[in-house]
Amino acid sequence: MAKLTSDSRAAARGWSDLTIRNLFIIPTILFLIVFNIFPLIYSLGYSFTDFRASVSEPANFVGLQNYRELLADHNIWRNFSVTAKYVIVSVGGQMIVGFGVALLLNRAFPFKGLVTTLLLLPMMMSMAVVGLFWKLLYDPSWGIINYALGLGTFDWLSNPNMALYAIAITDIWMWAPFVMLLSLAGLSAVPQHLYEAAAIDRAGRWYTFTRITLPLVAPLLLIALIFRTMEAFKTFDLAFIMSGQPTTEVIAIRLYKMAFQEWQTGRSCALAYVMLIIVLAITNIYVKYLNRVKER
Amino acid sequence: MAAVRTRSQRVLHRVAVAAVLAITLIFLSPIYWITSTAFKSRAIATSVPPTVIFSPEITSFIKLFTRRVQLTKPVEPEVYEAAPWWEQRIYDGGERVLKVGDSVQLSQYPNRFQNSLIIAISSTLLAVSMGTLTAYGFSRFRMAGEQDLLFFILSTRMLPPVVVAIPMFLMYRAVGMTDTHIGLIILYTAFNLSFSVWLMKGFIDEIPKEYEEAALVDGYTRLQAFFKIVLPEAVTGIAATAVFCFIVAWNEYAFALMMTNRRAQTAPPFIPAQIGSGLTDWTAIAAGTFLFLLPVAIFTFALRKHLLRGVTFGAIRK
Repeated sequence: MAKLTSDSRAAARGWSDLTIRNLFIIPTILFLIVFNIFPLIYSLGYSFTDFRASVSEPANFVGLQNYRELLADHNIWRNFSVTAKYVIVSVGGQMIVGFGVALLLNRAFPFKGLVTTLLLLPMMMSMAVVGLFWKLLYDPSWGIINYALGLGTFDWLSNPNMALYAIAITDIWMWAPFVMLLSLAGLSAVPQHLYEAAAIDRAGRWYTFTRITLPLVAPLLLIALIFRTMEAFKTFDLAFIMSGQPTTEVIAIRLYKMAFQEWQTGRSCALAYVMLIIVLAITNIYVKYLNRVKER
Repeated sequence: MAAVRTRSQRVLHRVAVAAVLAITLIFLSPIYWITSTAFKSRAIATSVPPTVIFSPEITSFIKLFTRRVQLTKPVEPEVYEAAPWWEQRIYDGGERVLKVGDSVQLSQYPNRFQNSLIIAISSTLLAVSMGTLTAYGFSRFRMAGEQDLLFFILSTRMLPPVVVAIPMFLMYRAVGMTDTHIGLIILYTAFNLSFSVWLMKGFIDEIPKEYEEAALVDGYTRLQAFFKIVLPEAVTGIAATAVFCFIVAWNEYAFALMMTNRRAQTAPPFIPAQIGSGLTDWTAIAAGTFLFLLPVAIFTFALRKHLLRGVTFGAIRK
């Protein structure tokens, strides 16, 4: 009751709570609608036309032709399969390396905080700049990677069979720390008494790991997995900077070329929508799990 | 982890710590390599085999900031002697610094760096101030469809940049806003706004409502309570959110690549574009990369307590 009276008294003196709520929330919603949703409606319209932004001819309505052609184009399917391969290799690597390092880190030792922060540095950096300096590392003749691994003049980025893996390795270097950070949060939340109980019962290491550690860390690992899958699906910067190989042409790069180099504006809007629907579906799953963890 | 008890557990512990240190060194080696390249001479930067130990120099930074041309004939000794030390370093490399009259011609790097600063700072200020207000609104007041609105806000963050860039490019072109600072500031504000709302909501949810209610009883208006009670309590959160937004805008590449080419170009598309313009001088590129990464490295340490919160949009707090 006290709350109610104070609220109404405050309302009598200044703006009402309702006014303040609307004043605080509506500008943000409007901003996002004007600069994100409106452009998307605009491009939805173009996706049904043969519009080319490089010429001044007006757009002609072509119905679903762009979508039909895209889905029948085996080159686009190849871009999707390159993207799928990239997602599996890169996210798989990040999960294994990230969770593995987290297991090692989950113990007390000197300078633990410093070491953890240093390990997190790569994920805070610009993808474009990371891609650039990994080119230096991958150089076949004077790059440090070939020298350190004793690979002679092994070709990484100019080798069509290797380039996608080379980019995935860079992505793993950048984002395994992300998985590590989430795993560490999960591991430190496992109640100590569960381990003690397991020790009293003389449970084996493997049993303790699969029955106690893994189930309790799983929700956070799942969040990391979904988020990284979405990001890897959208990937553009690294692959674009590091290689021009057709074998590394992920879907975002195809879309960029179609829109800004070939100027097939209408068609690229259609492809953008295909991508958008996939991303929104993953976002939906992500937010569902995020809210589930939050409620704990 | 369980307290170290048995001998085998002690050995395992030692092995794990050693492995952690080895992994840390491997993880940091790419960063060491780009940093050390920035302080190498051009000859040893691309030597075969790679040079690990060397005496550092800063010629690369002089190159980074100046415009130079190849010398066609050796420089005259009097000219060389009269030149300041930094110009001599350039002569040593068989180049000379371009000048108009007496003033040194600067390269494009300082300008791109400045663009990055202007755009990242402006968009951060906008995104954080709007985000804080909106987060307070969602945190303290009930609203129909609140969860759907929050989902809508977050989903705008997940849009692939290329997908948004195509219509935005057409719209900007129609109103003459391609290659402008304001154009990128708007895009980055939109991109960071959702993040800022979610993160700030997490921080504001943690401030007890009783503080404001006490203030309201004491005769504050709701607005006064927000500015005098809530905002000071949320300062840490606001600072952390601002640093995150700054880093995102500072690092962004795809929008900058598609929306700018000269006037408003930021550092991320500029630095890689230097490759292939004549003979690539990796020391100058490494110097540019080093200066660009430095603020991010410092901020990462400043943010270390909030990184988990940041990468999960405020959902996981501890």
